[in-house]
Amino acid sequence: MASTLTVETRRRVDSQRIQDAAFRGATRVFAIGVLVLLGAVLVSLAMGAAPAFDKFGWRFLVGQSWNPVTENFGALPAIYGTLVTSLIAMLIAIPLGFGIAVFLTELCPPALRRPIGTLIELLAAIPSIIYGIWGFFVLAPVMAEYVQPALIGSLGQLPVVGALFSGAPFGLGVLTAGLILAIMVLPFIASVTRDVFLTVPPMLRESAYGVGATTAEVVRHIVLPYTRTGVIGGIMLGLGRALGETMAVTFVIGNANRLSPSLLAPGTTISATLANQFAEAKDDMYVASLFALGLILFVITLLVLAAAKLLLLSLDQRAAK
Amino acid sequence: MTVANGLYRRRRAANTVYLTLSWVATGLGLAVLFLILGELLWKGIPALGIDFFTKETPGPGSTGGGMANAIIGSVFMTGLATLVGTPVGVLTGTYLAEYGRDSYIAPTVRFVNDILLSAPSIVIGVFVYGIVVVPMHSFSGWAGAAALAVIAVPVVVRTTEDMLKLVPGSLREAAVALGAPQWKVIVLVTYRAALQGMLTGVMLAVARIAGETAPLLFTAVSNQFTSLDMNREMANLPVVIFNFANSAYGNWIELAWGGALLITFTILILNIVARVLASWSNRTS
Repeated sequence: MASTLTVETRRRVDSQRIQDAAFRGATRVFAIGVLVLLGAVLVSLAMGAAPAFDKFGWRFLVGQSWNPVTENFGALPAIYGTLVTSLIAMLIAIPLGFGIAVFLTELCPPALRRPIGTLIELLAAIPSIIYGIWGFFVLAPVMAEYVQPALIGSLGQLPVVGALFSGAPFGLGVLTAGLILAIMVLPFIASVTRDVFLTVPPMLRESAYGVGATTAEVVRHIVLPYTRTGVIGGIMLGLGRALGETMAVTFVIGNANRLSPSLLAPGTTISATLANQFAEAKDDMYVASLFALGLILFVITLLVLAAAKLLLLSLDQRAAK
Repeated sequence: MTVANGLYRRRRAANTVYLTLSWVATGLGLAVLFLILGELLWKGIPALGIDFFTKETPGPGSTGGGMANAIIGSVFMTGLATLVGTPVGVLTGTYLAEYGRDSYIAPTVRFVNDILLSAPSIVIGVFVYGIVVVPMHSFSGWAGAAALAVIAVPVVVRTTEDMLKLVPGSLREAAVALGAPQWKVIVLVTYRAALQGMLTGVMLAVARIAGETAPLLFTAVSNQFTSLDMNREMANLPVVIFNFANSAYGNWIELAWGGALLITFTILILNIVARVLASWSNRTS
């Protein structure tokens, strides 16, 4: 056959083959570029952070002072603030996101399903600086005027728990930051949970209704057990967002680098410290310590997000079977 | 037919409580959305005069002023980041959708891309500070655009892959049967079929980076004047909003609200148009 091809056709086929390989190669290079990017972020953060870890070692993680003048840096208050604000956010956002998912999959009239789902997802599109400015001018005054005095007056009077709600009602503080974060991660948790709820085979759900289960019982005993990994994956995804969220927190947390037992007191997070101080930092050790904070944040969120992805992937694979 | 069974009534009551709570949760979510949008309109509209779009940001203590330099800087850096991020994202997405089936790299790339999609943007800022700002010895528009491009890429990758996968295999097979080489099948057939969807990805990427503040705080920083010099600090809406909202000057705070309104509605409109486009292209394919 080959001998019947003219030289001209031969040449064209060959050049097409080269072009094909070139295009394939180009897409492959960029795909590998994504992997390189992740590696480059990790390496450059680690290199920037190295002087700080050399000087402080593990004490960097547990040190409580953050003093640019004496060049003594410890990350504990920032790490603590990051974890506590995210914990508050998850405590509020998980039940709410769950409720929204149940509403959208079981209760909502079909005609409203799309519009309401879209509106909830639009909450995720609003940039975090908008949450920040809204939290600062609208939510914080409400907290200072009504919510925090009420908390101090009630829960604040209890033994043990009271320490969490002691102090003056500033409005700005760890609790307000957690609340804003809860609003921000709510759409992520709600939409992932809704999506995994929809993977439940209708037959399972209908069988349960058929034997007389109420909607709440169907969700509790059929939908949830079937989608457990996916729901946890969605929650972890929300947690990953909450841990790294910057601008909204920076506006309302009060930016005080100290450990305080009270949730009403100002605090800081890793991201808020970076946002407030990076542009001004000049001394080498100061910059290195900020890099170290960035590295810690990146590693924590990577682990959480990777776990979330793996859980969601395992659900996909089961659905594909 | 009245069933006066205690257990039955308890179950009914529990059900009512659960369902009411789930109504309340949805109501709360929607209420917050409308509270934020309402506040933005109420505080932002008074600021959006002609001055807002034509005058530069005012110095401390001076009256009036606008956001012209910040708007120009934002459009410039967002545009540049999109121009760089789109081809990179499209090619990567192409690899994942078209060539990735029997490759061991593709699942890893997909996994890492999904992680980068949710990675904290401020860390990307620190990364770009390390690889651009430190070697250049100054904050710059280049650094800001670079940070935004890094954030845009995963968004484009994700949607490109999703949209290419929606193109029916029979279209590709028909083209291959006519003797077209694979790259021509992809560029002339698959891309054309998925064009609307891929456009969606670019719009979502623009929407994502237009409001990003954290990665610009120590890359592009800000600039009181209009400047297109990419080697110097460059003004941009998010950072100006951040600085002005935290200030003590009334006109600064008003401008911050105006900027917040402008950014939010631009982003919401982009999102809504992108969704409509995506649902159209799903219907036709």
